[in-house]
Amino acid sequence: MSTEDTIKISAKNVQVHYDDTHAIKDVNVEIADKAVTAFIGPSGCGKSTFLRCINRMNDTIDICRVTGEILIDGEDIYDKRVDPVQLRAKVGMVFQKPNPFPKSIYDNVAYGPRIHGLANSKSELDDIVENALRRSAIWDEVKDRLQAPGTGLSGGQQQRLCIARAVATEPQVLLMDEPCSSLDPIATVQVEELIDDLRKSYCVVIVTHSMHQAARVSQKTAFFHLGNLVEFGDTDKIFTNPEDPRTESYISGRIG
Amino acid sequence: MSLSMSVLIVIALSIVGYVLAPRRALRLVGGDRRKLASLPKQYGLSAGLSVFLPAMLIALLGGIGGVAGSVLPVIIVAVAIGACCLAILKSRPDFIARNSAETLIKAVLIAASGVAILTTIGIVMSLVFETANFFRDYSWTDFFFSTTWSPNFRGDSALGILPLLWGTLYISFIALAFAVPIGLFAAIYLSEYASPRMRSVAKPAIEILAGIPTIVYGLFALITVGPFLRDYFAAPLGLEQSASSVMTAGLVMGVMLIPFVSSLSDDIINAVPQAMRDGSFGLGATKSETIRQVVIPAALPGIVGAVLLAASRAIGETMIVVLGAGAAASMSLNPFEAMTTVTVKIVSQLTGDTDFASPETLVAFALALTLFVITLGLNVVALFIVRKYREQYE
Amino acid sequence: MSAMKHSLLTLDARTKKRNAAEKRFKACGLSAIVVAMLALVVLLVSVFGSGASAFRQTYIAIEVPFPEAKLDQSGVRDPDVMSQVTTLGYEPLLVDGLLAAIDAAGIATEMSDKDIGALISKEAPATVRNFVLANPDVIGSSATFDLLASGRIDGFFKGRVTMESAALDGNTSPEALQLAQDLRDAGIIQTRFNWNFLIAPDASDQRPEAAGLGVAILGSLYMMIVVLVLALPIGVAASIYLEEFAPKTWWTDVIEVNISNLAAVPSIVYGILGLAIFINFMEFNQSSPLVGGLVLTLMTLPTIIISTRASLKSVPPSIRDAALGVGASKMQSVLHHALPLAAPGILTGTIIGLAQALGETAPLLLIGMVAFVREYPAAYTPDAGLFGEASTALPVQVFNWTQRADPGFVERASGAIITLLVFLLIMNTIAIVLRRKFERRW
Repeated sequence: MSTEDTIKISAKNVQVHYDDTHAIKDVNVEIADKAVTAFIGPSGCGKSTFLRCINRMNDTIDICRVTGEILIDGEDIYDKRVDPVQLRAKVGMVFQKPNPFPKSIYDNVAYGPRIHGLANSKSELDDIVENALRRSAIWDEVKDRLQAPGTGLSGGQQQRLCIARAVATEPQVLLMDEPCSSLDPIATVQVEELIDDLRKSYCVVIVTHSMHQAARVSQKTAFFHLGNLVEFGDTDKIFTNPEDPRTESYISGRIG
Repeated sequence: MSLSMSVLIVIALSIVGYVLAPRRALRLVGGDRRKLASLPKQYGLSAGLSVFLPAMLIALLGGIGGVAGSVLPVIIVAVAIGACCLAILKSRPDFIARNSAETLIKAVLIAASGVAILTTIGIVMSLVFETANFFRDYSWTDFFFSTTWSPNFRGDSALGILPLLWGTLYISFIALAFAVPIGLFAAIYLSEYASPRMRSVAKPAIEILAGIPTIVYGLFALITVGPFLRDYFAAPLGLEQSASSVMTAGLVMGVMLIPFVSSLSDDIINAVPQAMRDGSFGLGATKSETIRQVVIPAALPGIVGAVLLAASRAIGETMIVVLGAGAAASMSLNPFEAMTTVTVKIVSQLTGDTDFASPETLVAFALALTLFVITLGLNVVALFIVRKYREQYE
Repeated sequence: MSAMKHSLLTLDARTKKRNAAEKRFKACGLSAIVVAMLALVVLLVSVFGSGASAFRQTYIAIEVPFPEAKLDQSGVRDPDVMSQVTTLGYEPLLVDGLLAAIDAAGIATEMSDKDIGALISKEAPATVRNFVLANPDVIGSSATFDLLASGRIDGFFKGRVTMESAALDGNTSPEALQLAQDLRDAGIIQTRFNWNFLIAPDASDQRPEAAGLGVAILGSLYMMIVVLVLALPIGVAASIYLEEFAPKTWWTDVIEVNISNLAAVPSIVYGILGLAIFINFMEFNQSSPLVGGLVLTLMTLPTIIISTRASLKSVPPSIRDAALGVGASKMQSVLHHALPLAAPGILTGTIIGLAQALGETAPLLLIGMVAFVREYPAAYTPDAGLFGEASTALPVQVFNWTQRADPGFVERASGAIITLLVFLLIMNTIAIVLRRKFERRW
């Protein structure tokens, strides 16, 4: 199996334009498998935009144009032959605000496996759902009410449900767009522990505006500023001994 | 003195009050308007309104209460003169005319919003009274449960509502079966797939359908759709030889309902948060999977409400069925047969020579009351569902 | 997880299947749009196709003699005496004129004089008679008229009547059509724009060629005036109260629910209301634009209230707060600031409400507007009061014409629809222009 240093995602000269706005400027980065990589930076710096490039969520925005290459396992995901639908099965995503579907907890988690045809029978599907919920550390809380609506859970539970939903499709990469920004501190701790745990099986990329969170959960950190990738390296190093003065300013709270 | 004369006098007195009241107040402070409690204009407004409103109120109440035509104008003018004197006398510098004027304006506003209530009361009363008269002459069990409709102006009519209801529901069913899928798919396509250019053409085009009066659809049914269906479907299939038919009216009504369904569904689909769609796309769902399995289920209550509203429209629609459905009451299943509806019979029993003592005329009120109750029920349920649905995403 | 190692560059079978489903779904959506647009096109083509010809009319130009012996034997030129000669007395004169024209053009025909006379509309003698009664001096001389051709002849030149259909028709014959064709070649029969369709009153069952929309347009105009004068102030006042002043109580809730329900009450029920309250109880005149206007006012009110409230709601509270902050009363903040800013929206909503009212038919049927009216209604008469004279309305005229047997009325009904649609188009265009011009984004 792969070691911690295997490169899963590699971006080359990625540029993103929204109409006239140059949102991402020539970003090059290599993201390791089986690790948590954090994107930090002030709001509007492009970190979320870049994250959404990795599973082509930007395709759903008409005015968005992406150039450059993003390779996953050596394959360019912006190649014409790539179906974004197939790509997104491989690269799951968790959003800023918990967005469970207005369905039961079970159906929320089973949604991905159903559309991708991952289960051959009801019992297989049951197993997938249970597994995903267990991995997302929410099984014990919901096992007795799988048929209850997912929207009835608390915010933290909803977010873990959304993670379970993403995990259930068996992705290889998990993208998380500020997954804790709308959660209270206790729920945040639970989700952060979960992220740390998920690292064992997935390549996790997380966008966060909280430097502390980045320091707590990630092994690698990338600092974005005004659409540029300013600095990328081991989390410890970025937070203790940044090379770029802009990173230093941000970390010490002078820009933000 | 006639009523209109007295109204003119009231208007004149109001103007007198409007002009004199501020003058008096100004004279009392020697022309220095800064010493007045309110603007001169407001003294005028307060006086004018306090003349006009009470007199008009009395005119209205007297008119409805049936006060004799010779007495009423005198009372009205007397009240107006009294109010005018009082208002001018009250117009002193320390009188806060602004508050008085605004209270009166507010009374006007409240009265205006009461018109809606009065309309409802008027509708209910006019329906209920004549319906009660009808049921005095005609047994209500026969009306609701008899399956024959054959009015006869020499008396001895059979006035069973069931064949009319059957025609109404059959036509509405066809209309909805046509309009709901098309309207819904059109809304989905326009909000989820169409390019901005296509939307800018197709959306107004569909809205034009909504702006076309129903008489136009009726004529369309009569001169185009009816003969077409008869010549190319009904006659070759050996089903019927009539241009007016359930199918004709149903299809044309369906066309009329398309914009209604599509614009309501469009609102409802757009109310489903984008986060829901993103969640589904993020899991690798295609657009159609997202729409069918996430957007539509989330929007379902709203869509059901929209369909109920459309159903209520279809049931209450008149001109299309008058011109397209036919006049013979029948309870057959053949969609190419002419049938008639509740609204058609309301029109035919109430136009031409009517005798408000005969059950053949009064039955129209019982039909209208039934129609009103059915559509009201549908509307209340639909509006309740739609409102609940909107709250969910607000 | 290794089972998932599948290249992104090739589509797996399942994705292909799903993409096919996606395509089918999208095609369904597109075809729904196409069906809706097609319905619109077919509807418009069918109405315009059968109605455009109503705006053209066939006329016969003939010189009619006015012999004193037949029209005014007394010789005193007193209109009262002369009016004893009915239209029947004028008919032979018209036929004489036409025969003379046929002779002059050198056209040979074997038809009887009576059949030749049938080329002329039954409306024509009345036209000539009115002219003579208004100008008694013409007796003894003659005058040239452009007289209406009969409906069948008119239909022949518009393609509605053919030689084949005429052979089966009791009202005309292929010979008559041939004669009409010859007359047209000789320049005696002409087809040209038909102003009378827009200004003439309705005509009886046998004379579709003479029927016009004059009374109906006037009646609709009167009703629109009533609706505008009543519905706009009442609607705006009610909206201001409900949106700005009403406390949140059960009573306000009742009014709210009530208004949204009124907007969905079938229009025919409003007709019942008009019949029972305005005509039977308050004893207003049947068929009068006043009653029609009142009924349409009540029908339009919910529309106006709903749109007015929406535009008041869209004025941001900060503007009201600013007014209150400098010491304006609540009423002043609304009347001086919120209302003027909401005015374009209110106007747009009102025009759209008026357009709806203009096309409404069903309630008007019940209050007697289906009556056959040939007299232009006066706006005010001492007897009937304001807008109290019997009238008809545009959409009801359409309905009336569809109920008549002569096929010539189908063309008239469609022509009336075109007129109605043109009015609606103008109103909606004004509404759109207003909205574009004054649209504000806060």
